[in-house]
Parts: sequence; structure tokens; C-alpha cells
Amino acid sequence: MEAYKVIEIKESVFADNDREADRIRAGLKGEKTFLLNLMSSPGAGKTTTLLRTIEALRDDLRIGVMEADIDSDVDAAAIAKAGVRSIQLHTGGMCHLDAGMTEQGLRELGTSDLDLVVLENVGNLVCPAEFDTGAVKNAMILSVPEGHDKPLKYPLIFTVCDVLLINKTDVLPYFDFDLEKVREYAHMRNPRLQIFPISAKTGEGVSAWTDWLRTQVREWTK
Amino acid sequence: MHELGIVFHVIDMVEKAAAENNAEAVASVTLELGEVSGVIPHELTGCWNWAVKKTERMREAALVIETIPAVTFCEGCGQTYPTVPQGKICPHCGSEHTWLRQGNEIQVKEIAIKEGPYGSV
Ligand SMILES: Nc1nc2c(ncn2[C@@H]2O[C@H](COP(=O)(O)OP(=O)(O)OP(=O)(O)O)[C@@H](O)[C@H]2O)c(=O)[nH]1
Ligand SMILES: [Mg+2]
Ligand SMILES: [Zn+2]
Repeated sequence: MEAYKVIEIKESVFADNDREADRIRAGLKGEKTFLLNLMSSPGAGKTTTLLRTIEALRDDLRIGVMEADIDSDVDAAAIAKAGVRSIQLHTGGMCHLDAGMTEQGLRELGTSDLDLVVLENVGNLVCPAEFDTGAVKNAMILSVPEGHDKPLKYPLIFTVCDVLLINKTDVLPYFDFDLEKVREYAHMRNPRLQIFPISAKTGEGVSAWTDWLRTQVREWTK
Repeated sequence: MHELGIVFHVIDMVEKAAAENNAEAVASVTLELGEVSGVIPHELTGCWNWAVKKTERMREAALVIETIPAVTFCEGCGQTYPTVPQGKICPHCGSEHTWLRQGNEIQVKEIAIKEGPYGSV
């Protein structure tokens, strides 16, 4: 019989990724670039919100975008039309971006002349929450049609996020969606979570969010 | 697919450890999986069997899964309870202010290797 040697590892699958993410953040700090990781379910409004955000901040900040749509260039094309530098990350059907893929994207985009880079993550609420991308802040979009009990069903993403955008408030009258309940459930998971109700369609509430983001970027890059 | 992503990360970790330990082959990998880690063991094993065939050292590596039970802590009464049957409402006091103490781990516990010819035995 062959002899095997057992080696104890005792390390989380995410440990390597976490270390790499910390390296990315340190690098970004050094070059004064802010990375925002934007997450949501498919169709919650990441691209639409991003376009609004670019519109509001374009005059103050130099912005770049990385799109991680699973297999189309549609989002990147929309962003390119908005006039900011953008690249499409191809995730090969993967359900999330990890720090390694993010770093590759940052290199491809070229970040030294940018103040703000936004990463539109793959549309789902489970996997992206587990992998630190190296972002300075994490944002999540929850749209009204998804229902107010999402913080109960997907607690992890609410704990890793710094800010929650509740999008599509223009359709509130048509849905059984309780804004106060979302606040309560989300703050139960993460008391420090910033919450901004917005409508990316009408623009309502967007400036509170973009003011917050501008302040965060200024803090990081000063 | 989520499980496949996890498998690639595990393979990366194990490959690194195997190289550091001058392993010729990896015979098995023991993974500790929290009950509410969101990973489906059956799918993980399926992805594993496919993905290890693409490696050199890990072709024959068996995946051993050990489940870590999920336990929730209640801030209301300071007690713990099993997460899976109870959910987020404390069965002792009815509080909703509870959080997961363990059970979302995805962790490589140990690997069994066959040492290469220049091994340290
Ligand atoms: N009524 C309403 N519709 C919105 C709003 N924001 C986005 N939408 C619509 O929702 C749909 C999806 O929006 P996107 O911005 O493409 O969403 P996304 O999260 O980028 O989608 P994926 O990248 O495919 O995951 C589009 O039809 C948008 O027009 C909003 O505030 N109100
Ligand atoms: Mg999009
Ligand atoms: Zn209790």
C-alpha cells in the first residue's frame, strides 16, 4: 500500500482572494483611484443607475467602468455612449468576479488617470457577495418589484454592502413593497448600511446617492 | 455556476500547497462545508470530478466533504440554537436580533498527498 502524507491546511476558500483584494485596495489607494462594486439581481437597474451616476459626476470626476455582463456587450455599449472609458470583462459564464479577474480588468482599463472606477458585477445576490473584489465600497441595488423581504432571504450581501439603493421607486404605487420594512430588515443585518431610495428612470432621489458617492471618492483620493 | 467557481478556488489552493510539499499526486482533499454556505454538496462533487481531470497532480483526488452545522446566536437572550430548523427567529425568546455564529464556512481542512521522489521522507 502506498503511504500518504496528510497536510493540514485549515484555510477558507476565500482567504487567497481576500489577500489579493487587500493588495488591490492598497494599490488603488496609492494611485488615488476609488473602486465601487455594484451588485444586484439581474435587471434591478445597475446599468440605468450607472448612466445616471455618470451623468451626475462626470464634470467632477474622471470615471471608468468595467462591465461584467455574462455574455453580451450590450451594457458596455450603452456606457461607451455615455462618453466614459469602459471595458467589457468576460467572466466565462462564472457567477461572480473575484479579485484576480478584477485586477486584470483594472489593468486593461488603465486606472492611473481615473478618480472613480465602477464595476458592474454579475447579476446575482449570492456569489458576488462572497468574493471581495478589492473595491473600496460595495453597493447593492434592490428594485421594488423584487419585494421587501430580500434582506431576509439573502442576508450575506446586506452585511457586505456599504450602501443600498432601492431602485424603481416610480413603480411603488403598483407593488406591495414596504420601504420601512426594508430599512428595518436591512439594518438588522447591517446597522451601518446607507440606504437611498431612487428611481433611475425619473432621476428622483439620485442626487442624494451621487452626493454620497462623490464624498466617498474625495475622502479616498485626497 | 457557483459550485464550479468554488471548485476552481479550491484547486488553486490545493495545487499551491501540493507544490510547496513536493507532492507527486494529491489523493484526497477534505473540505469543511457549512450547512448554510449556499454550496450544494452534490453539485460541488460533480464539478470537482470534472475539473480535477484537467489538472496534473489532482487527477485522482477524491473530494471528502465534512458538514459544519449552522448555529445562530441570539442577542435577545444570549443563547444559541440550530439555524436550519429554526430560521432567524429565536426559539427561546422570539427575538429577531440574531446572527449566524457558524455554518457558512467553505474551508479546506486538509489534503492527503503522495510525495515525489525528492520528498523529505
Ligand atoms: N420603472 C423603472 N424601470 C427601471 C428603472 N431602472 C431601470 N429600469 C428598467 O429595468 C430594466 C433593467 O434595467 P438595467 O439597468 O438594464 O438593469 P441591470 O441591473 O443593468 O440588468 P442586467 O445587467 O441585465 O443584470 C430596463 O428595462 C430598465 O429600463 C426605474 O427606476 N424605474
Ligand atoms: Mg446591466
Ligand atoms: Zn433569544
